[in-house]
Amino acid sequence: MIAGTATNVVFGLLRMAVLLAALDAAPGGRIAGYDVAATVTYVWLGQGLLAFVVLWGDAALANRIRSGDVVVDLYRPWDLQQALLAEDLGRAAYCAVTRLVPPVVVGALLFPFRWPTPERWPVFLVSAVLAVLVSFGMRFLVNASTFWLLDNRGVMALYGVATGILCGLTVPLDFFPEWARFALWFTPMPAIMQSPIDVFIGHGSLWLTVGHQVFWAVALFLAGRLALARAVRKVVVQGG
Amino acid sequence: MIEVRDLRREFRVSEKAGFLRRAHRTVAAVDGVSFDVAAGEAVGYVGPNGAGKSTTIKMLTGILVPTSGTVRVSGVDPSRQRKELARRIGVVFGQRSQLWWDLPLKDSFELLKAIYRVSAPDFTARLAECVELLELGPFLTTPVRQLSLGQRMRGEVTASLLHAPELLVLDEPTIGLDLESKERLREFLAELNTKRGTTLLLTTHDLDDIQRLCPRLMVIDHGTVLADGPLADLRAEVSPDRVLVVDLEDAAPPLDDLPGVTSVRLEMGGKRQHLAFRRDVTTAAALITAVAARAEVHDLAVVEPEIDDVVRRLYERRHLGAECR
Ligand SMILES: Nc1ncnc2c1ncn2[C@@H]1O[C@H](COP(=O)(O)OP(=O)(O)OP(=O)(O)O)[C@@H](O)[C@H]1O
Ligand SMILES: [Mg+2]
Repeated sequence: MIAGTATNVVFGLLRMAVLLAALDAAPGGRIAGYDVAATVTYVWLGQGLLAFVVLWGDAALANRIRSGDVVVDLYRPWDLQQALLAEDLGRAAYCAVTRLVPPVVVGALLFPFRWPTPERWPVFLVSAVLAVLVSFGMRFLVNASTFWLLDNRGVMALYGVATGILCGLTVPLDFFPEWARFALWFTPMPAIMQSPIDVFIGHGSLWLTVGHQVFWAVALFLAGRLALARAVRKVVVQGG
Repeated sequence: MIEVRDLRREFRVSEKAGFLRRAHRTVAAVDGVSFDVAAGEAVGYVGPNGAGKSTTIKMLTGILVPTSGTVRVSGVDPSRQRKELARRIGVVFGQRSQLWWDLPLKDSFELLKAIYRVSAPDFTARLAECVELLELGPFLTTPVRQLSLGQRMRGEVTASLLHAPELLVLDEPTIGLDLESKERLREFLAELNTKRGTTLLLTTHDLDDIQRLCPRLMVIDHGTVLADGPLADLRAEVSPDRVLVVDLEDAAPPLDDLPGVTSVRLEMGGKRQHLAFRRDVTTAAALITAVAARAEVHDLAVVEPEIDDVVRRLYERRHLGAECR
């Protein structure tokens, strides 16, 4: 955990240096509404959210499907999707303390950090939980694709690259051209990371941001249910 | 308890057929299987590798949907009412674990208690019983990944019994265990079956499991049932011969002219003779009298054909039959 945090902080420093240099060169010292404090906050909160929402995706379920161990999960008297969601929420609660808070503290202590106004705190908490739900929905679908593909490492790699760029890790999504931002609005990607950051630093409309997250959290959960139901009926569980 | 009719499951297998081309072929892993298992029975399900045992078990537990045919287990259709079924039956896959790898054994049991909604007093009582009979005490707080295979297997069996299932399905429960662990597990399962009345269905490659545990044996090969019945009946069916081994005081020429004797094998230059005889022609007692009239008998024993032998002959008979057709 200490090693993880150290790496995280080093990458935070790098990202912050690059973005602040870009800001410095920009006319008026701002890009798309980001001043120094907003940029610092964006970087360190983002570093914290990375692990909290498992931005790159995971392969736990995919591995169990490939090895056939998923039979054990399937004959239990539970709803597999709900059980995994409960597990993921538990994981997120743990990560909130161990992975989300440390980089934020580093950013707040050492750099010009911008805390949200008091009434934004509860909305931020809601938005952060929704980010986990949306991320869970996406990860569940990516993992479940193994039922059909057997080897979904290609999908997994693609997902890791896509989230890095489209969720707002590389640069804030506000830096994107107008048409790209419009297109992203029709995908769940911003909801996984940029949305809670926007709520935190006070960018954009609160209700639109959170509403978009709610829509995708529900839609992806339902899509996951459908996929699992189909998989179980149509698909062959591997292994003797 | 279990009702299976004309059960069939096909798999599509694809194989490379030249550059970028794949040929698809359908194979029937289970091909028209029917059987019933009554409550309280203990049934062994045996067959060579790839016979279709695990595939059958997956359909019985609702993990795999049959291509055709019907299955009812404990009154429900497994693939449609999987959750319902899971509450009523226990399953142990010898090659997979239902325990949480990083948690102590005890914590896995606690999680299962919550998942199966077992009441606290029931849980405590059942766990205590398993801990005692399976001697789990010394490693209850050890993380599962540090357990030996034998210890883990005892944990797996306990895990599958915490909700007091009426049927326990075991796919190769003794695989990889040493003799002592096997024996301990068999003893436990036998007791479970006779004392608690839990119905058992188990697949195995170790025929001692059957001999010890299962009054009834089902033999499957290439997806079809070759034989189904008590071990003794199957023995009689495949080999009407029994063998009388006699140790004589003095070496004698082969006693192959006695009534009912079909073949003789000599050992120790004729001092020990294995007389195979037809049990429908003569009895062991009559044969012993006939032998005693010809030579002085030092010692004797009547042996049944080994169970391995019985199963092997069942397969052979089937393959011969296929060639004749
Ligand atoms: N997912 C699958 N896809 C294609 N074929 C399969 C699949 N699962 C099983 N089979 C085939 O079905 C047949 C029966 O397999 P099954 O696992 O039921 O055998 P088994 O009796 O359990 O054998 P073993 O004693 O080796 O465990 C085998 O020929 C196997 O190759
Ligand atoms: Mg098998």
